[in-house]
Amino acid sequence: MPGLRVLKSRDEFEGEIYTSTVIVEGDDLPASRDGAPTAEIGRARPRVDGRNRVTGRAMYTQDVRLPGMLHAAILRSPVPRARVRAIDTKKAEALPGVRAVLHRFNAPEIEFRGEKTLFRDEVKFVGDEVAAVAADDSQVAQQAIALIEVDYEILPHVVDLEEAIGPKAPKIDPDGNVHDAGEYKRGDFRKAFKDADVTIDVTYRTSTQMHNALETHGAVASWDGDRLTVWESTQAVFGVRNMLKDALKLQPTQVRVICEYMGGGFGAKLGTYKYGVIASLLSMRLGRPVRCVLTRREENLAAGNRSATLQKLKLAGKDGRIVALEHESWSNSGQGRWAANPTGPSNTLYDIANVSSTAHRVTTNAGALSAFRAPGYVEGTFALESAVDELAVAMKVDPLTLRKRHARSVTDPRTDNRYSLKRLLECYAIGAHEIGWSKRRNAGMRGSQPHRRRGLGMATQIWGGGGGPPAYATVHIETDGTAVLRVGVQDIGTGTRTAIAQVCADELGLQLDQVTVRLGDTDAPYGPGSGGSVTLASIGPAVRIAASEVREKLLVAAGGILEMPASELRIERGSIVSKGARTPLKEVMPKLDNSTIIGTGIRHPNPDKLAIKTFGAHFAQVEVDVRTGEIFVEKVVAVHDVGRIVNPLTAASQVQGGIVQALGFALTEERVVDRGLGRVMNANLEWYEIPTSMDVPEIVVRFVDVPDRKANNLGAKGLGEPPIIPTAAAVANAVANATGARVRHAPMTRARVLEALAMVGAS
Amino acid sequence: MTSLRGPNAVDLTLNVNGHDRSVHVPPRFSLLDTLRGPLGLTGTKLVCDEGDCGACTVLIDDRPVYSCLTLAIAAEGRRVETIEGLSQDGTLHPVQEAFVEHDAYQCGFCTPGQVMSVVSLLRAKPDAREDDVRRAVSGNLCRCGAYPNIVAAGVAAAKKKR
Repeated sequence: MPGLRVLKSRDEFEGEIYTSTVIVEGDDLPASRDGAPTAEIGRARPRVDGRNRVTGRAMYTQDVRLPGMLHAAILRSPVPRARVRAIDTKKAEALPGVRAVLHRFNAPEIEFRGEKTLFRDEVKFVGDEVAAVAADDSQVAQQAIALIEVDYEILPHVVDLEEAIGPKAPKIDPDGNVHDAGEYKRGDFRKAFKDADVTIDVTYRTSTQMHNALETHGAVASWDGDRLTVWESTQAVFGVRNMLKDALKLQPTQVRVICEYMGGGFGAKLGTYKYGVIASLLSMRLGRPVRCVLTRREENLAAGNRSATLQKLKLAGKDGRIVALEHESWSNSGQGRWAANPTGPSNTLYDIANVSSTAHRVTTNAGALSAFRAPGYVEGTFALESAVDELAVAMKVDPLTLRKRHARSVTDPRTDNRYSLKRLLECYAIGAHEIGWSKRRNAGMRGSQPHRRRGLGMATQIWGGGGGPPAYATVHIETDGTAVLRVGVQDIGTGTRTAIAQVCADELGLQLDQVTVRLGDTDAPYGPGSGGSVTLASIGPAVRIAASEVREKLLVAAGGILEMPASELRIERGSIVSKGARTPLKEVMPKLDNSTIIGTGIRHPNPDKLAIKTFGAHFAQVEVDVRTGEIFVEKVVAVHDVGRIVNPLTAASQVQGGIVQALGFALTEERVVDRGLGRVMNANLEWYEIPTSMDVPEIVVRFVDVPDRKANNLGAKGLGEPPIIPTAAAVANAVANATGARVRHAPMTRARVLEALAMVGAS
Repeated sequence: MTSLRGPNAVDLTLNVNGHDRSVHVPPRFSLLDTLRGPLGLTGTKLVCDEGDCGACTVLIDDRPVYSCLTLAIAAEGRRVETIEGLSQDGTLHPVQEAFVEHDAYQCGFCTPGQVMSVVSLLRAKPDAREDDVRRAVSGNLCRCGAYPNIVAAGVAAAKKKR
C-alpha cells in the first residue's frame, strides 16, 4: 500500500516512558498556528450527553439488568493473613436460590494479575477473595456467603508501612517486605550537599487515600455459548477485554466489553479485578448473565488506593540556587506488585544539577494499591514542594523567586530532550497576579479573627499527558447528512464524548448536534485506556484525520451531484456552500442513495527527541485557627499549561474537580487500619471524609491555552491529572506562611496542625 | 390504626412520579431497592446504602429523603418523585437545564440526587441564594468535585424562577 509506514513512538504513561510500534498511513495534519477559537474548538459547549445525565437515562454498569440475570457475591477474608485449610459450602449450597459456589478447591486454574489462582491458598489482607456465590437475587447471594464455613490457620501479619520496614516485622514476601522501585541519579549529590551553604533534611508522610468513586467496581457478564459480553464500570474497555481474554483463554473476538457511562474511576478502573473474572466464569458455567458489583465496604478493601508514603528529602542551597536534592521514598503497596514512585517530580521538575533518588515498594497485609489520579506525583509533589519552601525559608529567599530560577530550562533534565512547549513561567506570573502574591509577607498575615492567621503558598505541577498512538477513529455520514463518530475509548466523566464531537464537527463543518459519538465498546478499533491524562491527546488527532478525510470525499461527492468542481465547495454548519448557494447536507445525501462516505483516522507517532509535558502552578490562600488547628482554605488559583483547550467549560470542570479531590488528600482523607486486626476501620463514606459542598473554597481557573503544535495535530495535551498534583503542597506552604508551623504529614488534620504549632510555640 | 404486615412479601401501592404502582416486596425492602428493582427506575443511584452520600435522594411529598434509609412500606400513600419524573414531554425541568448549561457534573453518578435536592429547595424557597443551594446539596457527595458548578446551576435555576 502506498504511504504505509511502520514507526516507533515514545509515549509517557503515569510517569513512565514506553515505546510503541505504530503503523501510519499518509501524512499528519498540521496543528493550528495561533490556537484562536474556530467554529467548535476553543468554545465552551455543554456536554452532548448532558440530557442523559440529568434525566437518569444514562445507563451505568450498575443499572444493567438482563433477562435471567443472576447476582454474585464474594466472601472476603476477615483476617489479614491466614492459610485457607478447608472450606465447607454445604449450608450455602442448600439455600434455595443458590446456583453455584466457587472457591479455591473447585475453581479452575486461572492466571490473573501475575498469580496462578483466583482464590489464594494464603489470604493476604482483610478483603482478600475466598469464595464467590451466584444466586437468584443479591439478598440470597449475601445470605449464602455468610453460611460458608472457612477454616483459617492464622499467620503473623503487618499492615503499617513503617512497621513493615522495621526489623521485627514478619516477612510477607519470602525475600522481605522492602523492594526496589526505581533509582535515578544525575551529577554528584554528596559533593554538592557537602559544599552547600544551606541544607535541610526533612521527612514527610502521606496517608493512604481511597478512591471512593461513587459507582463501585462491578461487571455484568453474559456468555452466549460462544461469546462473552461484559458491561463493566471501567476506564479501559480494551484493558478489561485483554485481561478477560487472557484469564479465560478466549480469542479477542470472543470478548466484547461495553462501558457507555461510568461513575468515576480516578485510576482504579484501568482493568478488571477478580470480580470481573468471577462474573465471567460463573456466567460461562451457568449459561446465564451474572452481575457482580462491589459494595462500598468491598470497594474500600479490595479495589485499590493511593499508597501511604514515607519520604526523606535533603536539599541544599548555594548562591541563591538549589544545588542538590536527594529523595528517598517508601510506599505501602499492600498486596500490589508495583509502586507509584513519588520521586518523579524530584527527578524532572526543576533544573537542579545534582539529584539522587531511590524509591522502595513495601509489601504489607493490606489491599493492593492502584493508580490514583497522578499516582506518585501527588504524594511526591507534596513532599518536594514543601521541602523547596522550607529551603527557601532557610535561604531567606522568596519561594516563588527560588522556583523561577529553576523553571526556565527548556530541556527535560532526565532525558536532555527539549520540551515540545513549556509555559511554566507564564503560569507563575498569572497565578501570582490572581492571588496577590506581592502582598505576601514572610511572617504571614493577621487573620479575620484574633486567633486566626492568614498565609499564602504556592506549588508547581509537572506531568506527562502527551498521549500517543495507537488510537483510531472512523467517521461516516448518515443518509440525513449527520456524522457518526466511532472510537474505542471511553468517557469516564471528563467530557471526552463532547470534546471529540467538537473536533469532528469542527473539521467536518457540521454543527455539534449533527455528530453522534459511539464509544465505550471494544467492537470499535483500539482506543487507549483513560489514564495518564492521555485520552484527548491520543484520540483527538485521529478523529481530526478521519473527519478531514470524510470532508474531502464529501466535497467530491457533492460536487458530482451539484455539478460543480469540489475545489469551489466547502462545508459550513452542515451545508455545502458554493458561491452564492447553500445546500444542506440532508438534501445532498439522499441523492447518493445508500452510498456511505467513510473516513478513518490514525494517531500519528509523537515527535522523536522531544519531551511532551504539562505544567502548572497552584496558589492558595488559607486561614489557620491557631487554637483548634483547623485550616480554612479560602482561595485556590490554578493555572495550567496543557496546550490548546478544546472546551473551556469542561476543562474548567476538570481543574475544579482536581482541586476538590486534592483538598481531601490535603486535609481530611485518610484510611485508618487497625494494626492488630488488620481491618480498615473507615471503609465507608461516613468515617472516611471526602469533601462536601461546604468545604469548597473560591477556585479561580486559568489556562495558558497555547497550542503545543509539536505534540500532535490538535495541539492539546491532557488535563485529567495535572490539577490534583500541586494543591496539597500549596496549602501546606500557605499554612507554614500563616503560622510558621510546618505540617509534614498529609492529611493535615487538626491534630497534626496543633502538633506542628506546638513545635514552633505559636499557639 | 396500623396493621401488622410481613414478614413475607407484601403488596404495596406506591405513587411514583404521579402514577400508582403496585409492587410485591418484603417489608424490609428500602424504597431505593424497590425503585431500582421491581419498578425498574434505575436513575436513582445506590452508592453507600447507609445514608452517607445522598446519591439515592428522591422526593417524598416535596421533601428530599435518602431512599436507601426509607422503607418502601413507609412511602405508601405519599407522593414519591424520582429523577425520571422531572422532565415533562421531553422538556427538561429548569434545574436539569441549569445542570446541563453549567456542566454541573462530571461522571454524573451523583447527579440525579443533586438535582432532586435542588428541586426540593426551590419548591420550598423559590428565591434561594448561593448559601441555600450549598447547604441543600451538602448531603449529596460528589467525588468528581463538581460542587462549584452544582451550586452555580442551582443559583441560576433559582434566578430563572424569579
